[in-house]
Amino acid sequence: MIIQKEMIAGLFKDLASVKESGKKVVYTFIPGNLSELIRSFDMLPVYPEINALQSGMRKKSGEFIREAERHGHSEDVCTYVKCDVGMMIKGNIGPTGEKLPDPDLLLLSYTGCFTFMKWFETLERLYPGVPVALIQSPYQEDATITPEMTEYMVKQLKEEVIPKMEEVSGQKFDEEKLKGILKLSAEAEDWIVKIFDSTKHRPSPIDAYFAGVYYIGPINIGFRGTQEAVDYYKELYKEVQERIAKGLGPITPEGVMKEEKFRLVVEGPPNWTSFREFWKLFYDRGAVIVASSYTKVGGVYDYGFRHDSEHPLETLAEYCMNCYTNLNLPQRINLLEKCITEYHADGYLTNSIKSCNSFAAGQLMMMRELEERLEIPVGFIETDLVDPRYFSYSNIKNRLESFFEMLEQRLLIEQD
Amino acid sequence: MKSLESIVERCTELAFDLNFTHAKEWKAEEEGRVLVGYMPVYIPREIIHAVNGLAVGIMGAGDRKQIIKGDAYYQSYICHIPRGIIEMALDDNLNDFDGFIFPAICDVIRNLSGMFKVIQKGTFVKYLDLPQNFQSHIGGEFYHKEMEHILEYIEKINGARVTTEKLNHSIELFNHNRRLLEMIYDLRQKYPWRMTNVDLYHIVRAGQVIPVEEHNEILEAVHDHLQKDIGVKQDRIKVVVSGSFCEQPPVGLIKSIEMAGCYVVDDDFMIGSRWIQGDVDDASGNPLKALAEAYISRSPFSSSVYDVDNPKEGRLADLVKKRKADGVIFAAPSFCDPALLDSPILQKGCDDRKIRYIGIQYSENTGQFKVIKEQVGAFSDSIKLWEDEPVAV
Ligand code: SF4
Ligand code: SF4
Repeated sequence: MIIQKEMIAGLFKDLASVKESGKKVVYTFIPGNLSELIRSFDMLPVYPEINALQSGMRKKSGEFIREAERHGHSEDVCTYVKCDVGMMIKGNIGPTGEKLPDPDLLLLSYTGCFTFMKWFETLERLYPGVPVALIQSPYQEDATITPEMTEYMVKQLKEEVIPKMEEVSGQKFDEEKLKGILKLSAEAEDWIVKIFDSTKHRPSPIDAYFAGVYYIGPINIGFRGTQEAVDYYKELYKEVQERIAKGLGPITPEGVMKEEKFRLVVEGPPNWTSFREFWKLFYDRGAVIVASSYTKVGGVYDYGFRHDSEHPLETLAEYCMNCYTNLNLPQRINLLEKCITEYHADGYLTNSIKSCNSFAAGQLMMMRELEERLEIPVGFIETDLVDPRYFSYSNIKNRLESFFEMLEQRLLIEQD
Repeated sequence: MKSLESIVERCTELAFDLNFTHAKEWKAEEEGRVLVGYMPVYIPREIIHAVNGLAVGIMGAGDRKQIIKGDAYYQSYICHIPRGIIEMALDDNLNDFDGFIFPAICDVIRNLSGMFKVIQKGTFVKYLDLPQNFQSHIGGEFYHKEMEHILEYIEKINGARVTTEKLNHSIELFNHNRRLLEMIYDLRQKYPWRMTNVDLYHIVRAGQVIPVEEHNEILEAVHDHLQKDIGVKQDRIKVVVSGSFCEQPPVGLIKSIEMAGCYVVDDDFMIGSRWIQGDVDDASGNPLKALAEAYISRSPFSSSVYDVDNPKEGRLADLVKKRKADGVIFAAPSFCDPALLDSPILQKGCDDRKIRYIGIQYSENTGQFKVIKEQVGAFSDSIKLWEDEPVAV
């Protein structure tokens, strides 16, 4: 955790000193992020979702959202967008208290969510004149990536994204450098798969949702493709192995979880505004999350995808198209089924996010389908990512209590 | 020639026949015909027509169907249209349809395509990934392939092979359809009292569910009628309605806008039927390419189109100017991310250009319009009374 914190703090420090370093800044998104390419041009990424998430955790998001609403944004739209817009209107002060640099390039790699496009149309107007590079990731509508989908993306990379990056950074595209970075990405990806796979053990040595969101931090926010990330994941893996050897459960903010009572798979992003309270509702009852879909928004590595340095542009394209919300509903259901089965989950929980259609639309059908296929107890709660108005503690607690009771009964019956 | 009243009456029946009886009868008349349902906003209907198919617009159940199962599939904070569509799919309304196309507009429609796959409705379910790259050899080519996929699906069903002649013929028919619609909108802009917006709405909507040949006949007759000096001019303002491109406003809402003192001279209800601005080349050796080109270079501004090189607020302002409208009514479905996220951009564009506007929200099954009527009434009064003051309500 310390290494992870240092890495992220380092990125924000670099961002705060771009005036001195002369480094160029790219605003972009997590799902389908082109970290390796950005890095190959020595540019620095800013992820608006991370700013929103951090604002949520620091209890700032409510104020930012209201600010955006004062500027004409509806109450009913994605709160990440509003939080980010509100933050920018209020001076763009980042999580470390320092002003974030303005973008030199707006890189809209829009994967798995249509709202990203709307978000950038808004950003583009907040930063008039800043070049915009758009890359569309075709949706895996037929549960597959066809050669023409990849070809479409590669063409966009070659003719839209790379030329704009060259222009902004003043550097020529260096394929060999990119290949080197991609090799390290694949290595980090191998490690992260092993780490998340450790939840097969009983007790599970990690929580794949509440702690999982920290684990995916480096790989998602620009460190994929660095030696630092590889070292971090190696270290983390070692730690996880030690926990397994000692038979220890996951670490929570209040220490090691005592007894593992329920193993859950969770679908949907977490709530950030009351993250700690939210988590506590689970670990207090001995519920550990053995897999979650949210930790796959920045890349699905479960079926063996790794960045392939031999085909640098094609691999970037495939990576983008493989992110969780770019999978069609049947694919998502199959992936969750795999998680439930392989990680021996006792229950399946949907955390439905009020303002995120990309996840929410279809979640109820997915839940039904899994319930029918696997006869697994299912639970449903509603929160929001960063709008504190939609986190109703008592409501969530009541619903979770009933869910846990149901799981308890089921486990008793099974023991009999 | 049939009277305008009888045409409107027939179109009203067709527009809201949620069993799609006419389309199903058309299919039954001849072996090898296929029915392809499509969701808002735009698909190239020409290609379906060219392979012995009928593209049928599924614009939602509106306020005409009780939603029982649909609500169990959607959280309260998701717009209304997918509930009605899934309800229709789970009931018998969409039986006899061979396939379904879900064009890219938002994540709700996108994920609905997956739901259709899960319930295995139709022989094929295609999410049509409309390109956001507007260069012919990049986005255009990709779109070309997307169209080919649709044709392959249909060929598997009825064995129909597409030819250049057939495609060009279909393009010609749809060009004619769009031209007629444009002419009717032009006439209504000048003489909006000759036909209500509600009547026009039914006429356009009927065109989503019947063969284009029949719709062209209807539009020709309507156009002839509108050239006559009918109706009585009233003291109303002219408005453009924007934001209703997907989930349709209830007819009662359109009526309320008119009754509150407005003539709607342009709108984006079923914008898909007027999508391509101008004609598609109907004499080319590569009609699919012609369709792709038309999409790439002649789409309207829309929430479903990334607008970096062609800002939408400017294009909305152009439309207001072209229609000589007094203001804009932003009418968006509740919980519609694309429309609602566009609103601040478009409204700022209006502020900057001193175009008056008002924003309202609806759901396709809204039954109460009193408040909306009052709001729109105040808006139209303010324009009539204080002509020079910018107004934002
Ligand atoms: S709708 Fe969901 S996935 Fe899309 S930007 Fe908002 S939070 Fe992210
Ligand atoms: S009404 Fe809006 S949110 Fe709903 S399906 Fe249509 S475009 Fe998507």
